[in-house]
Amino acid sequence: MDILSLFVVVPILTVIALMLTKGQNNYRVVTLIGSTIQAGMAFNLLYQFLQLKSGGNTDVMVFTQDYVWFAPFNIHYLIGVDGISVLMIMLTTIIVLTGTFISWKVNDLTKEFFISLIVLATGVYGFFISLDLFTMFVFYEIAVIPMYLLIGIWGTGPREYSAMKLTLMLMGASALLLVSIFGLYMNSNPDAVGMTGLTFNILEIKNVVIPESVQIIFFPLAFIGFAVIGALFPFHTWSPDGHASAPTAVSMLHAGVLMKLGGYGVFRIAMYLMPQGAHYWAPLFMILAVIGVSYGALSAIKQTDLKYINAYSSVSHLGLVLLGLLMMNEIGWRGAMLQSLSHGFITALFFALIGIIYGRTHTRIVAKMGGLMTIMPVIGALYVIAGMANLGLPMFSGFVAEMNIFVGAFEHPDLFHRIITVIAVSSIVVTAVYILRVVGKMLMGPVMDEYKDLPPITWYEKTGTFILVLFSVLIGILPFFWIDIIDGAIKPFIQGII
Amino acid sequence: MNWNTFLLMRHEIVLAIAILILLLADIFINDKKKVGIVAITLFAIHTVIGLFPLETGTLFGEMFITTPLIAAFKNILNIGVLLILLISVSWVNTKMLPLKKVGEFYILMMSSLLGMFYMISSGHFLMLYIGLELATLPVAALASYDVFNRKSSEAGIKLILSAALSSGMLLFGITIMYALSGTLYFSEMAGNVGYSYLSILGLIMVFSGMAFKISLVPFHFWTADVYEGAPTPVTNYLSVISKGAAVFMLMILLFKVFPDLQWVWTYLLYGISILTMVIGNFFALRQKNLQRFMAFSSIAQAGFIMMAFLSADQLAVSAIIYFVAIYVLSNIVVFGAIQLIGIASGKWHMDDYNGLYRTNPNISLALMVGLFSLAGIPPIAGFFGKFFLYTVAASQGYYWLIFIAVVNVTISLYYYLLVIRAAFLRQSDNPIPHFKSDIFAKIGIGIASLILLGLGIYSPFYDYINSLSNIF
Repeated sequence: MDILSLFVVVPILTVIALMLTKGQNNYRVVTLIGSTIQAGMAFNLLYQFLQLKSGGNTDVMVFTQDYVWFAPFNIHYLIGVDGISVLMIMLTTIIVLTGTFISWKVNDLTKEFFISLIVLATGVYGFFISLDLFTMFVFYEIAVIPMYLLIGIWGTGPREYSAMKLTLMLMGASALLLVSIFGLYMNSNPDAVGMTGLTFNILEIKNVVIPESVQIIFFPLAFIGFAVIGALFPFHTWSPDGHASAPTAVSMLHAGVLMKLGGYGVFRIAMYLMPQGAHYWAPLFMILAVIGVSYGALSAIKQTDLKYINAYSSVSHLGLVLLGLLMMNEIGWRGAMLQSLSHGFITALFFALIGIIYGRTHTRIVAKMGGLMTIMPVIGALYVIAGMANLGLPMFSGFVAEMNIFVGAFEHPDLFHRIITVIAVSSIVVTAVYILRVVGKMLMGPVMDEYKDLPPITWYEKTGTFILVLFSVLIGILPFFWIDIIDGAIKPFIQGII
Repeated sequence: MNWNTFLLMRHEIVLAIAILILLLADIFINDKKKVGIVAITLFAIHTVIGLFPLETGTLFGEMFITTPLIAAFKNILNIGVLLILLISVSWVNTKMLPLKKVGEFYILMMSSLLGMFYMISSGHFLMLYIGLELATLPVAALASYDVFNRKSSEAGIKLILSAALSSGMLLFGITIMYALSGTLYFSEMAGNVGYSYLSILGLIMVFSGMAFKISLVPFHFWTADVYEGAPTPVTNYLSVISKGAAVFMLMILLFKVFPDLQWVWTYLLYGISILTMVIGNFFALRQKNLQRFMAFSSIAQAGFIMMAFLSADQLAVSAIIYFVAIYVLSNIVVFGAIQLIGIASGKWHMDDYNGLYRTNPNISLALMVGLFSLAGIPPIAGFFGKFFLYTVAASQGYYWLIFIAVVNVTISLYYYLLVIRAAFLRQSDNPIPHFKSDIFAKIGIGIASLILLGLGIYSPFYDYINSLSNIF
């Protein structure tokens, strides 16, 4: 078994083990063991990857494995990773692990909850390792569907509505994506006779010059198909409802990982394979992305529910990811990828804390809470840390990422890019407003009587949140370690584009 | 003709013998419960014998043709019917045993299957017509099998009337084709029909006759009422076996007999495919009775199958057969689950399913696998079937059609999720109580769901079908 396929096999084994176990506590332990193994595998992968790269390996993708799957259509199970995928896999394993800790007290249908969670994670791992459009699409859909059950069964509030909206919007987006996949497939080999010779292999399609007219048709389909899951305005509406209704671990996984599939897919498929289409359409999508950035931030100010605040904050921050990607230069892309990582850790931390607070106060309305810092100092401090990281304070990951995006954006000297950049940068100020407002109202201020006896943070909550803080800080203070990995992955891509 | 060539009809001979034995058994066995077991055993033996390889050949001067593809398709139908029979044991025992109508049920169903075998093996329009009638008449009897249920009688009448109409149209089409080409043999007619207004009329008539069976829009009006009224095992049979065989036959007719008129039927199917998907889906959205719901769902599924007809080549044939095979299994699982729940609790309404997972987890999971397969969610087999249909359509550049189809898949996902929502998401004060199914139903549904889970990923199955699909 190769090192990458393990990321599909181990979760499946975990699911089988879960099916065979009995007893509430055993489900948790089995899931914890499974997700710890996955995290271990991710770090092993990172280590092996660095070893390989420092040994002078210059392949675009490493650890590649190729198995023919459906020969008549030339569909392969083709996997391989570069630096970005390795980091994304690492992010996913960490969020699954912390999510397991945070969901320790899920008591209703525990087994089914963890099974759905692990199936979702399997889809995400598979998506990040696949280099074949078909395989990638299969894993994408595997990642989306468990969300319906996770939100619908264990969610709160209008869970049925949110779950249905999320699923249908994401599946509708995959309709566009599928059409563009077929567009790429049919143009993947100009010498093909009938269907023989066509390929879904991303690396092979890259070597083919796809006519510009074709790229112009299929780029927006692929871009929107992926950007819907990356919460591109105006297709972001599934995201706040979905986040708000989802149970804590699912919000974490959703905002932390699932929404990253969007940026990753845009990078790996839409832009890499159709650069001319990307140049043609970039201005329009840039406008949409920047609307998303400011609109998300402004909406977050108006929200009263903690989860909605962070959901809109995610829309805003993921708008920055798309903006960075659309800048089509090395720094912008580096920033976008860093932002994906950093936002993954920070938002997961946020949602974990919101879940912890909600579990105690039974409300998420900011106005109804006050003085929590005095009652729950650890949680309060962690919340402040998450907030500071989110608004881009130096020393945390958010700063490095946003800095790179804006520098990348400023490399374009024309007026259009300048205006876009200025609007996007000013959203940072708005971010500060909504973060500080919550911190001021909820954590500071007079202690409310009804919250005097809230229980302290438990060991599993502590472990989960500390891991997330650790990684956010690690990116903040050691940015060059991560930037080197990302740059190594971006270089071969950028050559084909500029 | 010697004994060896006669054995080319092995499927039909064994099935006919099984029917005869069953007729005798029904007379001599007094305990009618045992007749059911005899019937299923006989059919299982027939299915196993069918799996042995069969040579290519013709009989009766090319009236009867068999190729590995036809044999494989017969095996798919056999397995489908076997699963339906297994799942139906409880229905037969609770509803039909008191009426002493056990033996006929099996005999009629097997006779209809025999008719389908002759139909898909036909190389001559007369054989096609005889097979089609033999396939249809017993089903009409089966649809009205629940004699004390008015809806069931209504279903029988509706089915026989629409079947008579469609047969009439088919005959009219055959007549025109005979007038144009002077022959009824498929092989001689191919390439001899020519292109004229009359041949287009003939094509449309023949097509309409088959379209009734597949319930393509606008020939779908009988579907919902018949599906709702007929006993569920019969509905299950109608929706998968009858439809599957008709799809196969239509494919042979269009690809092999009417290649002259390809551009005509390409346009025709392009429109009908879209209409069928859209109308099937939109009507399914509002259905609360699960049998009607599945009726419209299976109309929509037929629309997807038609996409692959637009590219008449080997990949199209394999995509169609592959999709039909998976569709057969998926529908059997869903209908089987609906049937078991309906018989155990008497409830057929979607709202009654609220909280089903908490009382009956296993059958809810089977239902979910079946519905996700119909909706095309990986890694369940239905996704792969749909994906290959799209790929075949894409190979001819029908991107708009794919787009419409995928949007329709999203719509269909909505209503499939409604059932999932009721069974998994909702809770009810008055859920369907826990019930135990008999061993046959467990085997039937269990095997079918497990196959659905694994079949898509297991690519050799597709390769096998593709290797047989070179019919040109």
